Amino acid sequence: MTTMTIAKAINEGLRAALTDNPKSLLMGEDIGALGGVYRVTDGLIGEFGPDRVVDTPLAESGIIGTAIGLALRGYTPVCEIQFDGFVFPGFNQITTQLAKIHARSNGNLTVPVVVRIPYGGGIGSIEHHSESPEALFAHTAGLRIITPSNPHDAYWMIQQAVQCQDPVIVFEPKRRYWLKGEVDVAAPGPAEDPFKAHVLRAGTEATIVAYGPLVPVALAAANAAEEDGHSLEVIDLRSISPIDFDTVTASVQKTGRLIVAHEAPTFGGIGGEIAARISERAFHSLEAPVIRVGGFHMPYPVAKVEEDYLPDIDRILEALDRALSY
Amino acid sequence: MGTHLPSTEFDGTAVDDQREADAEAVMGEPPAQMVQLLGPDGKLGFDPVFTDYASKLTPEVLRGLYADMAAIRRFDVEATALQRQGELALWVPLTGQEAAQIGSGRASQPQDYIFPTYREHGVALTRNVDLAELLRQFRGVSNGGWNPKDTNFHLYTLVLAAQTLHAVGYAMGIQRDQKLAASGAAGSGASAAGPDAAVIAYFGDGASSEGDVHESMVFASSYNAPVVFFCQNNHWAISVPTAVQTRVPLSNRAKGYGFPGIRVDGNDVIAVHAVTEWALEHARQGKGPVLIEAFTYRVGAHTTADDPTKYREAAEEEAWRAKDPLARLEKYLRSEGMADEAFFAKVKADGDELAAYIRRTTHDLETPDIRTAFANTYAEAHPLVAEELAWFEEYSAGFAGEEPAEEPARQAVSAQASPKAGH
Repeated sequence: MTTMTIAKAINEGLRAALTDNPKSLLMGEDIGALGGVYRVTDGLIGEFGPDRVVDTPLAESGIIGTAIGLALRGYTPVCEIQFDGFVFPGFNQITTQLAKIHARSNGNLTVPVVVRIPYGGGIGSIEHHSESPEALFAHTAGLRIITPSNPHDAYWMIQQAVQCQDPVIVFEPKRRYWLKGEVDVAAPGPAEDPFKAHVLRAGTEATIVAYGPLVPVALAAANAAEEDGHSLEVIDLRSISPIDFDTVTASVQKTGRLIVAHEAPTFGGIGGEIAARISERAFHSLEAPVIRVGGFHMPYPVAKVEEDYLPDIDRILEALDRALSY
Repeated sequence: MGTHLPSTEFDGTAVDDQREADAEAVMGEPPAQMVQLLGPDGKLGFDPVFTDYASKLTPEVLRGLYADMAAIRRFDVEATALQRQGELALWVPLTGQEAAQIGSGRASQPQDYIFPTYREHGVALTRNVDLAELLRQFRGVSNGGWNPKDTNFHLYTLVLAAQTLHAVGYAMGIQRDQKLAASGAAGSGASAAGPDAAVIAYFGDGASSEGDVHESMVFASSYNAPVVFFCQNNHWAISVPTAVQTRVPLSNRAKGYGFPGIRVDGNDVIAVHAVTEWALEHARQGKGPVLIEAFTYRVGAHTTADDPTKYREAAEEEAWRAKDPLARLEKYLRSEGMADEAFFAKVKADGDELAAYIRRTTHDLETPDIRTAFANTYAEAHPLVAEELAWFEEYSAGFAGEEPAEEPARQAVSAQASPKAGH
């Protein structure tokens, strides 16, 4: 066991992936000498050289598109998109090409490309640096989407993404990059399946599902509720596509209430998908409607008011009050 | 009805002098010269660089180029007819572009990897793709139809220009293979891949406006990737002329990226072969990318859903028919005594045989079970797909023993399923 931040855990995970697989490589803007704008790739170019840690031209479609070509030649590229709001020039390559080449080739070709996207707000940044576009990708079949919430998961999930034969988008919760935690670099333990949800805290009255940056918020809300005498179960979804509905269903069958929390706008978001599925799977177990806690239907607001936008402990507790009132 | 002829025409009859002058002012130099070896009159000219390449083409090879062009034109006629008869949802004709495709495809070597758009039927022929398999996509039984690993001929890509980036990435992979092979990295498998490979990325004059073409050229130049960009300038992006895509000859753009750009007469199969061979050698030798602009013309419609009479002059089409790539090579072969009447009769008979094969096999192209789509969405097991497949199986089982619902009339289905394809 060793303690490190999420950023360092991803750095160590990438180092392990590059060491294990001579045909893996990193691609992105500023990932070389600078070590990435968040220093996630810090030091790797010195260790593996510029052919394995590739500073690319400033062109997101180019990064994803050439990564697809490299994958077709047998390589495993890990692309870094500098910020969430800048992924859209590469959206076409991700959704029309990367996601579909395996299907279009009738299974003959695989494109095991990993796309790392720091996402989410809470860092006081400016426009296009705080968005949560995960639902836009989750709607596209052929992609897998994961988002770690702690250093141990971050260390293992990035390596598992590199090993996966399908394209994987890793949404990294940028405001948690400096969150410290213990990492067992010897074994993933319960984290061995990156597409499985984890029950972080057992409870009986309601379930809170969260992922990425909101997992610590959900845990804090559960602690606060406990002080008020309520027992909440907290699930870290970890994988946004596929979603581990079995784990969520089992929890709701026990607690009877479900709250889903994410930063992305509520409308059309992952929370709606979970609410609908759980309504189908566990209707008779539900004591209340599934309640979603998320962002508003607006462009991500300016930083000075982002605290009013971001779901926090109080917003989750308000949802809990509503769920308990049925 | 359109009123203007293409402004980048090259033989004087339709040159827009002001545009050429503008181009010169923009570029600070004259527009690119066009490489032409075999003129419309069937006479072989001289080029200081490319005549050497052309002179290596034996009479047998030249006859082969003619046979390939004739075969793919015959195939095109047959596929168009099949579409009209409701056997294909759509067809994308290539008539007029045979020399650009056969010349470049035949200049490639088996270890080279080809990224086509969706009109490179002639290139597919040169890569030994079964042309019946090529029709799977257009019949609506597959989104691919062949295994690119068998022939190093990639799937057709309908999203314009997306494949140009894949080509550059693939070429970057070749560079890495070479380094891995040189370092003898254990288990890399790189040495078996063959280090002396290059990539060709095909695209059209319409696609040249897409951002991905720009990005692919930036990447190719920055990393000196062994890729040949092969632009078939067929003058029309459906109904929009080249003049709306570019103010300068497309081959001139290469200069801005820092690699050679060559404009070649795309209806001259000998020149196309020579220029492509030179470019592939250039790339394989580590000298970086090349842009080839094959100046040609899509004589027919963009697709079978298109009507060129609504936007272009019949005179323009006729002018280009006079530059027909097959006719000029036939003149040359006959005048040099390299092919006789029996050869041309055999080519025609072979074409009819190919057409009969295509007609016969199209009907038999297997319609897949939708279960294969469940199976191929992901490479690894996926719980949502498994859940939906299980539902589908149970749902389907509920109909066991019932008569299948009557299929709607094919004509009606075909009409609904034939929107304009992509761009």
